[in-house]
Amino acid sequence: MEAAHAHNGHGHGAHGHHYSGLMRWITTTNHKDIGTLYLFFALTMFFVGGLLALMLRAELFEPGLQFWRPEFFNQLTTMHGLIMVFGAIMPAFVGFANWQVPMMIGAPDMAFARMNNWSFWLLPVGAILLVASFFVPGGATAAGWTIYAPLSTQMGPGMDLAIFALHIMGASSIMGSINIITTILNMRAPGMALMKMPLFVWTWLITAYLLIAVMPVLAGAVTMVLTDRHFGTNFFNAAGGGDPVLFQHVFWFFGHPEVYIMILPGFGIVSQIVPTFARKPLFGYSSMVYATASIAILSFIVWAHHMFTVGMPAVAQLFFMYATMLIAVPTGVKVFNWIATMWKGSLTFETPMLFACGFIFVFSMGGFTGLVLAITPVDIQLQDTYYVVAHFHYVLVAGSLFALFGGTYYWLPKWIGRMYDETLGKWHFWLSMIFFNITFFPMHFTGLAGLPRRVPDYNMQFADFNMISTIGAFGFGLAQLIFVYVLVKAIRGAGEKVSDKVWEGADGLEWTLPSPPPYHTFETPPLVK
Amino acid sequence: MISKGLRSFAVAAAWFAAAPALANQYNLQEPQSIIAREIYDLHTLIMWIIVGIFVVVFGAMTYAIVMHRKSAGHKAEQFHENTTVEIVWTIIPFFILIGMAWPATRTIISMKDTSGAEVTIKATGYQWKWGYDYLQEGISFYSNLSTPREQIEGKVPKGENYLIEVDNPVVVPAGKKVRIITTANDVIHSWWVPALGIKQDSIPGFVRDTWFKADKPGIYRGQCAELCGKDHGFMPIVVEVVTPERYASWVSEQKKKMAAAAPDSGEQWTLDELKARGEKIYAGNCVACHQPTGMGVPGAFPALSGSKIVTGPKDGQIKVVLNGVVKDGKPTAMVSFKHLSDVDIAAVITYTRNNWANKTGETVAPADVKAARK
Ligand code: HEC
Ligand SMILES: [Cu+2]
Repeated sequence: MEAAHAHNGHGHGAHGHHYSGLMRWITTTNHKDIGTLYLFFALTMFFVGGLLALMLRAELFEPGLQFWRPEFFNQLTTMHGLIMVFGAIMPAFVGFANWQVPMMIGAPDMAFARMNNWSFWLLPVGAILLVASFFVPGGATAAGWTIYAPLSTQMGPGMDLAIFALHIMGASSIMGSINIITTILNMRAPGMALMKMPLFVWTWLITAYLLIAVMPVLAGAVTMVLTDRHFGTNFFNAAGGGDPVLFQHVFWFFGHPEVYIMILPGFGIVSQIVPTFARKPLFGYSSMVYATASIAILSFIVWAHHMFTVGMPAVAQLFFMYATMLIAVPTGVKVFNWIATMWKGSLTFETPMLFACGFIFVFSMGGFTGLVLAITPVDIQLQDTYYVVAHFHYVLVAGSLFALFGGTYYWLPKWIGRMYDETLGKWHFWLSMIFFNITFFPMHFTGLAGLPRRVPDYNMQFADFNMISTIGAFGFGLAQLIFVYVLVKAIRGAGEKVSDKVWEGADGLEWTLPSPPPYHTFETPPLVK
Repeated sequence: MISKGLRSFAVAAAWFAAAPALANQYNLQEPQSIIAREIYDLHTLIMWIIVGIFVVVFGAMTYAIVMHRKSAGHKAEQFHENTTVEIVWTIIPFFILIGMAWPATRTIISMKDTSGAEVTIKATGYQWKWGYDYLQEGISFYSNLSTPREQIEGKVPKGENYLIEVDNPVVVPAGKKVRIITTANDVIHSWWVPALGIKQDSIPGFVRDTWFKADKPGIYRGQCAELCGKDHGFMPIVVEVVTPERYASWVSEQKKKMAAAAPDSGEQWTLDELKARGEKIYAGNCVACHQPTGMGVPGAFPALSGSKIVTGPKDGQIKVVLNGVVKDGKPTAMVSFKHLSDVDIAAVITYTRNNWANKTGETVAPADVKAARK
């Protein structure tokens, strides 16, 4: 929609597109349109996944079974995870890449514009398969988002739909990544050396390589489950000579880099926001780049820290423990650099900066619990408990999601040419922050005290903390409606018009463009000094 | 709902006030074995290190947020790198990590040392119960959740050990090294007793082992820790640690019981006797899938009420229960129950054939089962 305003306003229709209305969105090859599509898609899936989360939190409000049968409860946890990871977080970051990468490196569009369209339009297909799987006999897959075999071999047809959805969404990610890498490597404006690229672009370049490396691994894992289910193979069936643990190795070889796929672009966004509102250049730019690359490389040799309880030999446990602990070093460097960027700056706290600071704070908390979990003996105690649930929601919700919110508030005025409602944005931040912690902080305690995850019911000893978590979850869910309201209000043109630069401390090519940017930008490449 | 919410906040506040007394509400359970204690201490050590880092890092961030704001009139400086600082804060974490890795390494190595065990117990995960075999003593039994359904459905008040109580606990002697061998029958489960500091996945077709030595007698509770299907939350583990003397008498008692329960197909059973016994066997072995109503779960577990196999010739169902159902060369969730005694199988089949909508009026005798085994 915002791009439509831009388009009309600047009369670039002639070389843009020939359709209007719905067909325009279906056939578009414009990076801004496609970025918008990705972001709306991700927002929709965020609410679908959020609804599932609230349904399962409702069941956990008090001990006993109130709302759902255990099998349906397991479907809820599984689909909440799959939808949030593959439908919300990942597409949202690709949406940012689409909008921002060309504008930040001075390119006119993405390298493969038609493939870009195709990578987006695969996503709704995958999403429909996932959501539809609730309605087939036996319901959606209930094997957890990790779909461990042989439990996943037992599932009904919902599992097959999920497998196809993963194939399709994986293909979309791979195409998106090829596009992003090609764009970044080939289409930078003259003078934009690699080591001059904005950090967001750097983090996406590295993320895209990770995606290309691991999405095929996931595809392989789920295909093996599929053939075990239907075509008589025995990859994971011990009775036929297979090995159930093999699935976990393959899955986590994908799964661990995947968690960095979901956080590195978030690091990138935060690294754009913090300098802007500190009115000071990013501290340690090159160490940020090296830290990102080290995290990406290390992410390939830590996968079995998700599997400390399968019974690996001691040397393997030691290796994976040491490798995992090493990741703390580059991650620490990032946090120190952000704080050094704020140090002696001239700080203001508009909504994007609030989310960035919130990100640094809660992400670090998740990092700390990650360090606790890296210690093998402690992990053996905490693996598959609510402590782990707390840990990954601290890095994923408060980490990735807060970075996404921050990025939206940061660039939205550029995209639509109007300011969002700052007061409501701040409300959105504070309510999200508070309710997030009410929801997830108690889970550290229940996990330590011995509550396993993925159970629909629990002993009374955990009742109070679970009740608090459920209240927090509903509060968090409601707070997100403010976000939608702020977006709708801003997009409908309620806010003030903004300048090209939008933020006093902003720096970078995108801020040299008009707000909103015309439909086609940088048709003649800018010169970067 | 609101009053409940308020109550829970009040409770939370009270907790913080009564912190030391209720420490186990928000820390690891009180350790009851050497390994559990080492884990506990490791966790405490790391928490203190983290608290230290937290104070330094967020102290700096808070200072900047308060002192270096524009509204406080602070002007931005333009520095953006400092090699010394960057090297320092890369190196220091290394040393902190080594300080954490050292004790952890020692614990890992002792966790892995399962040699010299005095009692060896095989724990087998089933959907959804545990089976135990004492390998030297030759004792075998199943351990099912003993919380009544009415408590789960909220029809009666919940007991203190709601969902963490079983009919037959694992009994072990205090102060003796116990080796637990895990495996599974269907999908992956995980045998976890927090207070003893062990969690070991049980993997179908593979065996893994772990060990503990409980400090003192007591009852320690845990749960299956790996998602294993619908009743994953309903297959607890209870370990009863007793003195070595009591353990010895428990063992001989169990051996007697086992001898008494040995197959005895000669005896004649009436329909009602078999039905009564079958109801118990059904509740312990079949109800999770085929449901108390006998209606199963559509799409996953077939109804037994009205089933052609159940109401058809006896042999059909005997075969299903004895051998399980194999489809396209793959075992289904309906696994073999041949580990049950002839009497038990006869009883549960008789029960299913004469309950719900099924009214065959026929018994299946233990002898029929015995014959089918060959
Ligand atoms: C783990 C779940 C599970 C448990 C426990 C279980 N069953 Fe089954 N049962 C199944 C499934 C699944 C099938 C269908 C197999 C197929 O045909 O694919 C089945 C099929 C059957 C059938 C055939 C019904 C028909 O109409 O096809 C009978 C009879 C039966 N079970 C009896 C029992 C008895 C008796 C017990 C207890 C001793 C039991 N089952 C325990 C899952 C279970
Ligand atoms: Cu289990």
